Formats: sequence, C-alpha cells, structure tokens
Amino acid sequence: MAELELSGRAIIDALKKARIEFVVALPDATMSEHVLWPLSKDKDFKLVRVCKEDEGISICAGMTSCKRRAVMLMQYTGFLDSINAIRAIAVELAMPICMLVGMLSKEPGVPVVRSKLYSVRIVEPILGALGVDNFCMEGPDDIALLPPAIDRAYARSLPLAALVGHRVNP
Amino acid sequence: MMKRDECLKILNKHRTDDAIVVAVYNAGFDWRRISQSPLNYYTVGAMGQGSSHALGIALAMPDHKVIVLDGDGSLLMNLGSLVTVASTAPSNYYHFVCENGGYEANGSHPIPGQGTVSFAGHARAAGYPHAFEFDDLGKFEAEIGRILSLTGPVFTTLKVVPGVKAPHDFEFANSRETHRAFAAAVAEVIAREPRAR
Repeated sequence: MAELELSGRAIIDALKKARIEFVVALPDATMSEHVLWPLSKDKDFKLVRVCKEDEGISICAGMTSCKRRAVMLMQYTGFLDSINAIRAIAVELAMPICMLVGMLSKEPGVPVVRSKLYSVRIVEPILGALGVDNFCMEGPDDIALLPPAIDRAYARSLPLAALVGHRVNP
Repeated sequence: MMKRDECLKILNKHRTDDAIVVAVYNAGFDWRRISQSPLNYYTVGAMGQGSSHALGIALAMPDHKVIVLDGDGSLLMNLGSLVTVASTAPSNYYHFVCENGGYEANGSHPIPGQGTVSFAGHARAAGYPHAFEFDDLGKFEAEIGRILSLTGPVFTTLKVVPGVKAPHDFEFANSRETHRAFAAAVAEVIAREPRAR
C-alpha cells in the first residue's frame, strides 16, 4: 500500500521546482499549518491573501498573462464557489491556472469519488466535466508529480488542479 | 452626469503607451473604440473579476501603470477585491468605476443601492489611500492628470450615462486569440525591458 504521508516541506520544494513565484491563497485547514504558514515566511514566494477564491483565479490569470508563474491555494469549497471563474478564465480562455485544492475531511487513502462526503466526492466529476487536468496527492510519490504537472500546464496553457488528499504534516 | 465615452476619451489623452488597461463590459466596448492598443486586456464572462485580473497584472508588471475600467454592477460582485487591492497596495494600480446605476448589458435594471451606495466610500473604507468621485466632465478633465500621477492604489468613481453606443463584441472580448495577443504584447514589452518586472 502506498505511503499516506504528505510533507509540507516537500510540497513547498515542489512549488519551487516548478518555478512558482506567486502564491495566491485563502487558508485551507489541510495546508494551513505546514504549507501556507511556511510559505508566508519564505522569501522565494510572494504571497497574495485574497478575500474570495474567484478573485484568486483572476489574479493568477493576470499574472500568467504577464509570464509570471502563480498557484492558487484553497479549500475544495472555494473551488466549488469559483466554478464560473474557472470555466470562463481557465477553461474557455485556456489559461494555465494551477490550483492546490485541500480536500478537508476526505478520508485518507480513500479515492475522492468514494468519499462518504457528497461535497468531496463531486469534485473530481466536476473537474472532469470542466476538462481540467487533475490528480490527488496522498503521499510522497504524488507530490513528485506536481512540478512536471505544473510545467505541463504552462507548456500547454491549460489549467491544473492538484487535490491535497488529507492533512499535511511538516 | 457625464457621458461614459467622453470620460474615456479624456482618460485616453493621459494614457501613456506603456500603460496596461483592463476593461470590462460596456466600458471595455467603449474603450476598444477609443483606445486601440495591444496592451488592452478585456474581461467578460466572469462578471466582477476585472479588478482582480488587474491586480494580478499590476503585481506582475510593477513598473507599468495598470488602469482598470470597471463597472458598478461588476464591482458589486467582487467588493472584497477592494480590500485585497488595498492590502496588497500596488503603487501602479488605478481603479476607475463607471457608475451608471444599472446593468446596461442586461436590460438596464437598477443595481442594488442605486443612487445611495458610495463606491468611493467603500474604497476609502477598504484602505485605498486616494478615492475620488466625479459627475462633471470639466472637473474630471482638470483632475485626471493629477490622479494618474499619484502613488496607487487610486480609486475614482465616474458617474456616467451611456454615450455613443459601441458594438457589443463579446466574441472579441472573450476569445483566446484576444488574450493571447495581449500576452504576446506583454512578452514583447518584457523582452524590450528585462527589468520591467
């Protein structure tokens, strides 16, 4: 069975490897302590704290239009709230909007679509309907997929959602 | 009240070649006719997002003025962006809201708070260091140079009525080609000015 351990340091290193400059964020419980707080003190990133997630999608769009790499960090409820912005900007305009989406309360090791929580298990089908490339991170092997996935999103100018499958450790 | 296209013509006299303009809906349609530039960025389709697109551009291109031509109905959909902009405080960010009091593209129904809401008041309360309001073209013309010389973020309400109607070319504003042309123009600027960011 694959290791169910997500390291905040490894996620931050993956973002650096992907040459992310800007992190646009609303706090998400899965990433708050060991991703967002360390990111906020890391001089390799510029952090933009937003009031609402759809703002963040648009801020990332402005940045990516100017050749700067950005990632949007949010909880899955924020993703659900931002669907029209993702549809209009990331999908219809084919912009490389890269999202780290915390799947709060998803059962570790359980596929997203098999979660007991309705609000969690609808996320992947919605991403599928939007045609947004996505994968779920549950362990170190999944985190290793993040830099090439971000590179691919920018190379193809297409959005990406990396789902954070459970609470992140240091 | 001022005619929107007349306001925008005055603004265009003060637009420098390297300024980036983010324009939404009717302000965008008017602007396209008045000021054709590869550094125009149009946003429709996800209403309310113009101020946020512009913030991303302003942070990415800090040496270029970024002028936002927003609408009142649009800003009401993204009022939190005033707080985000003010707290991020980009010095190159100039936010203009064309307040016509209604949803002009959708039958001219009134906005909530028509005639009572103060957008400049919201901006001040959100933390914009400068906020202005104009309903007289002469006064706007007298002040626009000074407004654009201030350190941003700067907020300006323009109380307007429609002027000469511009074509509503949603297909142009919402096309991948339009956005790719903007990105290509920015890439040229960056190539010319490696220190621009």
